[in-house]
Amino acid sequence: MSEATFRIWRGDSQSGGYQDYRTEVSPGMVVLDAVHDIQAHQAPDLAVRWNCKAGHCGSCSAEINGSPRLMCMTRLNQLPLDKPVTIEPMRSFPLIRDLVTNVSWNYRVKKLIKPFKPRQPDAPDGTWRVDQGDADRVQEFRKCIECFLCQDVCHVLREHHLQDQFIGPRFFVYVAALEMHPLDAEDRLAELRQTQGLGYCNITKCCTKVCPESIAITDNAIIPLKERVVDQFYDPLTRLFRILRPSSREAQQDLSASG
Amino acid sequence: MAEFETYEHDVLVIGAGGAGLRAAIEASAGGASVGVVTRSLLGKAHTVMAEGGIAASLANVDERDNWKVHFADTMRGGQYVNNPRMAQLHAQESPARVHELEAWGALFDRTRDGRILQRNFGGHAYPRLAHVGDRTGLEIIRTLQDHGIHRGIEFYMEWTIIRLLKDGDRIAGAIGYDRERGRFKIFRAAAVILATGGIGRIYKITSNSWECIGDGLALAYHAGAALQDTEFLQFHPTGMVWPPSIRGALVTEGVRGEGGILVNKEGRRFMFDDIPPEYKDQTADSPDEGWRYTQGDRNARRPPDLLTRDHVARRIVQQVREGHGSPHGGVFLDISWIKEKIPNAAEHIKRKLPNMYQQFKQLADIDITREPMEVGPTTHYMMGGVRVDSDTQMSNVAGLFAAGECAAGLHGANRLGGNSLSDLLVFGKRAGEYAARYAAEHPAGRLDSSEVEAAARGALEGFERTNGENPYQVQADLQKMMQDLVGIVRRQDEMEQALERLGQLRSRAERVSVTGNREYNPGWHTALDLPNMLIVAEAVARAALERKESRGAHFRDDYPKKDSAFGAVNTLVRRGPDGQMRVETAPLRPMADELRQIIEEMK
Repeated sequence: MSEATFRIWRGDSQSGGYQDYRTEVSPGMVVLDAVHDIQAHQAPDLAVRWNCKAGHCGSCSAEINGSPRLMCMTRLNQLPLDKPVTIEPMRSFPLIRDLVTNVSWNYRVKKLIKPFKPRQPDAPDGTWRVDQGDADRVQEFRKCIECFLCQDVCHVLREHHLQDQFIGPRFFVYVAALEMHPLDAEDRLAELRQTQGLGYCNITKCCTKVCPESIAITDNAIIPLKERVVDQFYDPLTRLFRILRPSSREAQQDLSASG
Repeated sequence: MAEFETYEHDVLVIGAGGAGLRAAIEASAGGASVGVVTRSLLGKAHTVMAEGGIAASLANVDERDNWKVHFADTMRGGQYVNNPRMAQLHAQESPARVHELEAWGALFDRTRDGRILQRNFGGHAYPRLAHVGDRTGLEIIRTLQDHGIHRGIEFYMEWTIIRLLKDGDRIAGAIGYDRERGRFKIFRAAAVILATGGIGRIYKITSNSWECIGDGLALAYHAGAALQDTEFLQFHPTGMVWPPSIRGALVTEGVRGEGGILVNKEGRRFMFDDIPPEYKDQTADSPDEGWRYTQGDRNARRPPDLLTRDHVARRIVQQVREGHGSPHGGVFLDISWIKEKIPNAAEHIKRKLPNMYQQFKQLADIDITREPMEVGPTTHYMMGGVRVDSDTQMSNVAGLFAAGECAAGLHGANRLGGNSLSDLLVFGKRAGEYAARYAAEHPAGRLDSSEVEAAARGALEGFERTNGENPYQVQADLQKMMQDLVGIVRRQDEMEQALERLGQLRSRAERVSVTGNREYNPGWHTALDLPNMLIVAEAVARAALERKESRGAHFRDDYPKKDSAFGAVNTLVRRGPDGQMRVETAPLRPMADELRQIIEEMK
């Protein structure tokens, strides 16, 4: 059995720094195992948030060697162990302590989004009929485990701190799941454009790259939402212009570049 | 009490998994002011891990299904020590609870004609589990969460309750702390609903998350509530066995439902070798018949791989003991073989079991579309828990309710897969409804400041000790001891030894020291969890000693047969006047003639 060094951020919102810990590495081990070993034997008050340890709950998000990942799904054999493995809290959220951040902003944002509103039932017994093909599209979005890694990596939040004008990729996926839900009868496009900041996204796909559930956030959620907003809100001249252009996506790119 | 912040609610719900959220939604709909305390963030509770599906006799796939068949299946699976009224309510009400989820935005997999698709599962006569691939729990908890946040419910995330507070004989509230700052908080509430889930974390090998330490059982026990059937602890037959760090993680029964087979190292389908008499008529004679069953042939009977979990788990243990196991001490579970039967098998497997595919690929370097998995039993589900009234879910303590895994009765000696998610919704709703009603009829009680202060003082003792025990070490030793001595196969002498060791662990837990400060300090949290875990472990061991027979999930090497005398009772554990744990038996809840008749007809 070999040993490895873990360089873990320790501290609170006031002060902090990296601290090195060495621990044994066994086959199949993930980063969260190493953190638990360190907690049990060297640093009992090391703060870390986790639940299922199987990639289903999205609690143990952190930045490992600089990339936003789930600690429970990051195998040590995928990392170079000849140098320290750096483990830091998510940078886009206020720090509580050590690896734990305050993600409550996400919960407040979700509450602002209009909830699901089903159309009238299809059958006399109060049930609905849904084609699996229509369900598939939304089921992709509903795989989201709310790890908030996409929020962490998004530059609009991370660098520009537009938390009060921009809901972030997680909630574009959430709105897309509602808007494309085969039973939903609500309309959420006006606020997407006006208060939720869809236009700030310039589709660099950073969110898609870090999604542990492999949701095609940009291609399947954000771009179709941008297209819907364009369809609904832009004046006839713009519409005519769009018809003359080869694809609506390009039209949208122009739009986000100017906005 | 002026020093602690106090929050007032009509109904306080402890736990925000499926049962807690459903209870909160219902209590709120009933006009109550509702607070929900959760140890984690919202949407992270263990319900999120449920994979296979939710059982409800919607009869979308097989029109022969109805509540009576579901009721009979549940009773048979539970070896007839279930609370029959709960099994009846559960079977009758689960279809409405599933449809209601759809009205709140859940999107289940569909049949060809667009209705909710249902799949086969162990012990269910017909395809009965509504599902979303193998992530049904996520769909359910997210649906309840997203619906619940718009119902005026107050959520207290990452807070932990350490003591229930009483006014005389009735519940008056609770004291806890917020994990972030470590400050004590008081809740005043006329009714409290426990929805704290399972106890798997008192064992070393478990599918359960860290929260499943049974603290609801310990809170109820200290408040004077009776615990019931705590010997009935389900070991799920298929947990991952390799690599060591992931040992115990669940491999859904859905793998077998989709045609996966259990084989030993010689490649033998050992499940065909020993089929219990009560399931003989319902079980396939040949591998081919079993395959046809999994593919929806209504004239075929289910393969023995899908027998009840208690039986399958014991058969696996036996294979390993007799030297037929896989390299890492399990057996093989193979779904890749279906490529012999269907075209595009790999794509089919990835679509039906996406989480399993990912889990093995990422964590074990196994491609389940090409090679078999290694699996073995893992501590999974507590059938026992707080003894409750079947209709209202109230315990013997006035104003104290329990729902979901932390309550007892529905599942008897063994739970069928898929019946837990429906349990959460059916009895979560009932608990919420009756707790709101109770709160409307009973003004909130008075809090006893000396009780509050004693609880707060006790919780801080660890900080005052230096050079004491490491709480993580005591916890690890408890988990190993329970695994070794009160596991899947039990014996009198080993369990007596376990009780003795529990005594030693208790004294060690009293001497743990806590380093650091009160802000988000997991070492402190672990120290506070220990006494609760020890109570629950003792309740399991004492009840298991009391039941001198083998039934369902409870297997005694020294009493390997069923005993009709024990088949007529539930075990009860409660705190005696001297503070010591007492165990006794109580006759089963009476069964209505109508229900008795249904069981006879379906035998």
